[in-house]
Amino acid sequence: MLSILIQLFITFFKIGLFGFGGGYAMLSMIQYEVVEAHQWLTVKEFTDIVAISQSTPGPIAINSATYIGYTAAGGSVLGSIVATFAVCLPSVIIMLIVCKFFLAFRKNKYLSAALKGMMPAAVGLIAAAALMLMNSHNFVDYKSIIICIAAFVSAYFFKTGIIKIIVFAGVLGYFLF
Amino acid sequence: MKQYLNLFISFFKIGTFTLGGGYVMIPLIEKEIVGKRKWINDDEFTEMLTLAQSAPGAIAINTAVFVGYKIKGIKGMIATVLGTVIPSFTIILLIAVFFTEFENNETIERIFCGIRPAVVALIAVPVINILKDNNFEIHIIAVAAAAAIAVWLLGVSPVVVITVAGLCAILYNTFISKQC
Repeated sequence: MLSILIQLFITFFKIGLFGFGGGYAMLSMIQYEVVEAHQWLTVKEFTDIVAISQSTPGPIAINSATYIGYTAAGGSVLGSIVATFAVCLPSVIIMLIVCKFFLAFRKNKYLSAALKGMMPAAVGLIAAAALMLMNSHNFVDYKSIIICIAAFVSAYFFKTGIIKIIVFAGVLGYFLF
Repeated sequence: MKQYLNLFISFFKIGTFTLGGGYVMIPLIEKEIVGKRKWINDDEFTEMLTLAQSAPGAIAINTAVFVGYKIKGIKGMIATVLGTVIPSFTIILLIAVFFTEFENNETIERIFCGIRPAVVALIAVPVINILKDNNFEIHIIAVAAAAAIAVWLLGVSPVVVITVAGLCAILYNTFISKQC
């Protein structure tokens, strides 16, 4: 139990520390660590958590840390607490440093260059998260592909809300599969 | 004491009523801490937003740390961070307890069978939106594509990708382009 808590702490600290570009960019990091490196979750379970995170309030990083902490520690609230604490800790440390040295940071040319380079990479990470989830676990047959395209069209062109899309896809899933 | 409580309540509200993550939260955060509470002014808010988006981690947490620390130091920061985290923590914990019980339920499985491909689409949408906001600039597309391929097909860790991108940008700016 202690070793899994330590692993959860290290993993989510790393996710918080390198999670540039916000929640979606952090997804590929979470997937890489949690599904591939540690195998705490299957691809299907991971996708379900993303769906749940998108339909519940709060940042996706916090939501997945809380959920994965619980399941990885064998259904223990302690796992949730450790993972959630660990994913927030880098933010707290870095933002406190930034607050103290506000101007020095803003004008630092190396830092602003690094951030400029990280932005497009973070976009790539979001794309990677979507691509990694396009697999036979999540796409059972042609019906899955139709749902995916329909969801994309309504979100991108018609700006339909996330929850509406998820609820509608869930209803379709119930009747189609 | 009242001030700590106010900080906690404001961020608890922000944590409770914002669906869909950081970017959706921004207007609500602005309304609450700039408009209603007047803890920081408009200019400070814009600057804070740049910092919160540049720093790693969830934008909501970064914002909470900034505002809490600015108003009431470390203790204020603890109040705002707890306020932001507690709503999602509680809701997700309840779902986790419920979901691990019903995960193998046939009805739930069918519903999620429909949801999973939609989730993939919902993750892809912001990619296109961000590229569009940057006028589909070729440099950005090239770096994004390289990063996506590295992680997706070559199995490179996203941590490595983000670090390399940052270092390359520093080298490029120092030795090739002298604009900065």
